[in-house]
Amino acid sequence: MNEDFVLTTCPFCGTGCNFYLQVLDDQLVGLIPSKGHPVNQGELCVLGRNAHQFVQHPDRLTRPLIRKNGELLEADWSEAYQMIAKGFQKIRDEDGGQALGVLSSAKCTNEDNYLIMKFARSVLQTNNIDHCARL
Amino acid sequence: MTNSIGEIENSDCILVIGSNTTGQHPIISGRIMRAKANGARLIVIDPRGIPLSQYADCFARIQPGTNVALANGLLHILFEKDLIDHDFIANRTENIDELKAKVREYTPEKVSRITGISPETLQEIALLYGRADRAMILYAMGITQHLTGTDNVKALSNLALATGNIGRPSTGVNPLRGQNNVQGACDMGALPDVLTAYKKVSDQAERKRFEDRWQASIPDTPGLALGEMMNKAAEGTLKGMLVIGENPMLSDPDSGHVKKALEALDLLVVQDMFLTETAQLADVVLPACSFAEKSGTFTNTERRVQLVRQALEPQGLSKPDWIIISELARSMGADDFTYESPAEIMQEIAALTPTYAGISHHRLESGESLQWPCPDETHPGTPYLHGTTFPRGKGLFFALDHIPPAELPDEDYPFLLSTGRIPFHFHGGSMSRKIERLNREAPTGQVDINPEDAERLGLEEGTRVTVSSRRGAISLPVRVSREVDPGIVFIPMHFAECGVNTLTDTRVDPVSKIPSLKVSAVKIEKTD
Repeated sequence: MNEDFVLTTCPFCGTGCNFYLQVLDDQLVGLIPSKGHPVNQGELCVLGRNAHQFVQHPDRLTRPLIRKNGELLEADWSEAYQMIAKGFQKIRDEDGGQALGVLSSAKCTNEDNYLIMKFARSVLQTNNIDHCARL
Repeated sequence: MTNSIGEIENSDCILVIGSNTTGQHPIISGRIMRAKANGARLIVIDPRGIPLSQYADCFARIQPGTNVALANGLLHILFEKDLIDHDFIANRTENIDELKAKVREYTPEKVSRITGISPETLQEIALLYGRADRAMILYAMGITQHLTGTDNVKALSNLALATGNIGRPSTGVNPLRGQNNVQGACDMGALPDVLTAYKKVSDQAERKRFEDRWQASIPDTPGLALGEMMNKAAEGTLKGMLVIGENPMLSDPDSGHVKKALEALDLLVVQDMFLTETAQLADVVLPACSFAEKSGTFTNTERRVQLVRQALEPQGLSKPDWIIISELARSMGADDFTYESPAEIMQEIAALTPTYAGISHHRLESGESLQWPCPDETHPGTPYLHGTTFPRGKGLFFALDHIPPAELPDEDYPFLLSTGRIPFHFHGGSMSRKIERLNREAPTGQVDINPEDAERLGLEEGTRVTVSSRRGAISLPVRVSREVDPGIVFIPMHFAECGVNTLTDTRVDPVSKIPSLKVSAVKIEKTD
């Protein structure tokens, strides 16, 4: 049996509490607030206390899905990438980047957001990029 | 935040406005209670009775959408009582005469008529805030989600500047941000008009710095904000969209309009952990990892850049967002998206972003806790902003007028609807509603209605009602509560089965493009 405690940052509000995720043989079984952290000092709210519980939920998407004849069907990554690349390229080349839009996410990391921003501006050739900051 | 969460405890006056801190930022409300225990005075201004209001030295119920009038009224009293910081105003600010002339019109009697707060209470608030040595303003979306959201923030900034409550520890104008990395997403330029660190995309020199590094061109005109993209999609001129970790079908105003817009697209790609209401409309859905299966950084509301560490292997064939984007970019011919780790991406961010220039995963791994601006590798980070100067030099006062909300209650739609959050769920609910314990606490949405209104309409706790606006209708049970005044109702945003954004309006603040989610007009009828 392997047990591990991994210090990380809460995925809910903007307070930025830290906690240790408790991992037992590839299963998230709990979490413990970080006592030494300057923000939460050993405390967590009701959302933070339960932050490990949605991660391995059976409803998690585990494969790409592509709509065929109106239905979303399981597909592999390369087929999904091809379809997206072809679709976005066609719109970009025929109508210009302004016909494309990207919604990034306040839940994603800085590194994710930076790459999404770079992808929108340099590959899709659009400044139509925004996220849920105002909602 | 201009200041830090830890500084709250040492403030001697805390003004909480438009934030149900206990519900939405419980750890921060704990700090407010500690400040109280240390002797700080607490002012709470909100349309609703919220848990913090019970502990306030002064609690004022404000009519929604009247924050500029309130701030002008407080400044009127502060000038009259000479509770302003003359040295700070002389050395660090400009435009004081315009402000003074403007707030002269906002007498306590006039402001009382607009805000519903008595002249005596206005006076009490002004004296508490004005006499404090270190006063801190904390606010959230009760301030920003208005057609005048930008003006509301400027009005609070006027208050802090006039009293010299900025640029020192335990003072400042402090937005409490609602999502884990909303600060970071903005810092990283996931916005239509700016690159990282808020550098304008229309500025040729700034654009060139990025173009040189990326070896690619960047379009020179600012793009569309979220709501504008939805409008263009509905019109058919925006044809393809990539939506990542976001559920606009639930979180954006006027859900009927959003659905029409997304369905009109030639290609909708959604990248998420779950098959959200938005993903169900997609042509391609890409499975993304949760925070526990990837590494990187989140930047919190006080600008603290913090590590996210991988604890688990990705579930099924899901992938971290940075890998998905890299692979997608390469499949479109962008060969330089070859990052091996988030740490390597942070190096590129630091090279292009002055406020993050000294931040690296290496420093964070070694235990440093860094708040931006952190301009170089030896800089310890910045707990509070504007200590000696403001980004533009001098702090600018704005002479602002009260503008009433666009849609107020009338004969057809007699109630004022305010939307918001409850403690047990998060945003569109795609994460929190998967958690059984939280669903037990709050299984579905309710509409909060004052006992007087409930009695008049023959409604009891749990009665199912239909709430409708000019945009649409939802059905949900009633919660009878004095938290809301007569004439006002409150509905949380988390629940797809009674999605409150079916009712809300798409009109936005002209500068920030934020929708006016705190004020719409609705009617309430018993569901048959």
